Amino acid sequence: MQIKSMRDVFIENIYNRMHNNKNIFFLSGDFGSPALDRMRHKFKDRFINVGIAEQNLINVSTGLALEGFIVYAYAIAPFLTMRAYEQIKLNLSLLSQVKEININLIGVGAGLSYDLSGATHHCLEDISIMRVLPQVIIFSPSDWLLVKGFVDYSIKIKKPKYLRLDGKPLCQIYSSIKTYDFKKGFCEIMKGEKVCIIATGYMTHAALKAAKELTKDNIDIGVVDIFLLKPINVKSLYNTIKDYKYIITIEEGFINKGGLDTIIANILTNNKEHIQLIRMGFDDTYVLEVGNRDCLHKQYGLDEESIINIVYQCI
Amino acid sequence: MARNLFLLFKTKSSWVRKETLKIHRIAPETRIASCLSDIEIFVVLYYGRILNFDSHNTKWKERDRFIVSKSHGGISLYPILSDLGFFDKEELGRVCKYNSMLGSLPSYPIPGFETITGSLGHGVGVACGIALALKKKKIGSKVFVLVGDGELYEGSNWEAIMFASHHHLDNLILIVDRNKISMLDYCKNIIDLEPLDIKFKAFNWKAKVVNGHNVKELYYALKGFKEDKGYQPKVLIAHTIKGKGVPELENDPLCHIRSLTKEEIDKIIMKLDD
Repeated sequence: MQIKSMRDVFIENIYNRMHNNKNIFFLSGDFGSPALDRMRHKFKDRFINVGIAEQNLINVSTGLALEGFIVYAYAIAPFLTMRAYEQIKLNLSLLSQVKEININLIGVGAGLSYDLSGATHHCLEDISIMRVLPQVIIFSPSDWLLVKGFVDYSIKIKKPKYLRLDGKPLCQIYSSIKTYDFKKGFCEIMKGEKVCIIATGYMTHAALKAAKELTKDNIDIGVVDIFLLKPINVKSLYNTIKDYKYIITIEEGFINKGGLDTIIANILTNNKEHIQLIRMGFDDTYVLEVGNRDCLHKQYGLDEESIINIVYQCI
Repeated sequence: MARNLFLLFKTKSSWVRKETLKIHRIAPETRIASCLSDIEIFVVLYYGRILNFDSHNTKWKERDRFIVSKSHGGISLYPILSDLGFFDKEELGRVCKYNSMLGSLPSYPIPGFETITGSLGHGVGVACGIALALKKKKIGSKVFVLVGDGELYEGSNWEAIMFASHHHLDNLILIVDRNKISMLDYCKNIIDLEPLDIKFKAFNWKAKVVNGHNVKELYYALKGFKEDKGYQPKVLIAHTIKGKGVPELENDPLCHIRSLTKEEIDKIIMKLDD
């Protein structure tokens, strides 16, 4: 299972498509990647660096998309989603309700990816705020293979999309991706008895580590990775989780504010299910402490040990 | 020939002014002062055929794109678009009524409007993207944008203004409705915008200043810009009077948020008829 950077895999694949698909524009908010250098040189007329100007990044992308181009707008996730939020509301969400446009927001730095850069660069709000916007598809992959699969999807589906990528190279979780999986939007990677952890992005790795550790004690817990956060395949997801007694959601984001935990809470409430829901994440507080991701996870109770302790409390 | 054209502009401007006031009578929610300052600009663009358009095929590839970024001011475009066949004239009598296609902030998908506007500061950036796309597709059409001077306080405009000159978007023509009044006061009392043309020139734009109610000046300036072979984006700063034609509104710093009563409107229309 290879370790790869999601953004490099994504850019490499877009670069390959740009040779044959002359309709692709790639815009960056002065944000790079080693894989981007080739594109910058090869496609000087279709790679545009708009500068550190996220509002204009979205607006220029909109103009190009209105004329029929497929556009990728690439920047650091918290700045892309929050500095330009009203541009996204108007030009992606609202406009796409009345006009077909294909704009793909590519945000790098989901959750605590930029751990050491501090709270300004942490991205704990994006799932909640992007979910609010009608029409916008949210893709939150946990490995680079899913990212690769997203490339074709992004070209084919003419809707606004937000792809939230982790900033750190991560190891592969999946061995292959079928089109079917994309429509479903999630995968029950491990089947369990009483307890199921539902995670997205980076935290799926943490959930899997904890689950594997627990199997050593003969405790089988389920692990569900949700990579398509909007739209959610409610029926299918409900059928997958309805027989568990405890569900633990874990995310590098705020809890009780419309993120992953809320998605699951809504499904359970709407089905009048009395499954106990435990929400792991950041509770109405920014992370101001200096430290790498592992240290911060430990401090805020999101590390492997904390997950295992919660599972033990459940059983 | 030219004299006839200018006469037509004047007749049409007067007609549009009256029609706009009539719309305001049925829809007091419309920002009347804001749509009285840009009438001559609209008239010259459409009746002067500065804009290439096909009212029966709004998706025509070769059309010039026009974004009314100061969306409130687009009400006075309704009579023109209906007159030119973009939509039925009867629609003018239903502005802001339940289920009407015409609201108080003109925007896509009303025929003749390119995209969603309403919130300020988006038009120039979107126009930059369109201008870039047209160049890529080798379509010679131009992209026109109308912004209000108060709208220029939105920083997103200046991101786009920097972008446009760097990318040599010579197919982009920006018109500033320089009516000098924002929502609560004169611009000079809020944050002075002057010297505005010099600001644009410093951003490497070609800038021209005209009287925005003088149809002759507007026509030659816009025609000149359209035929310009230079590499720069162009801005026309059109000095106008907010509330033009209505003494009750002209030069009232709060005229943006003033509505006229039905009686006031009837009186003004009678005067305009004289």
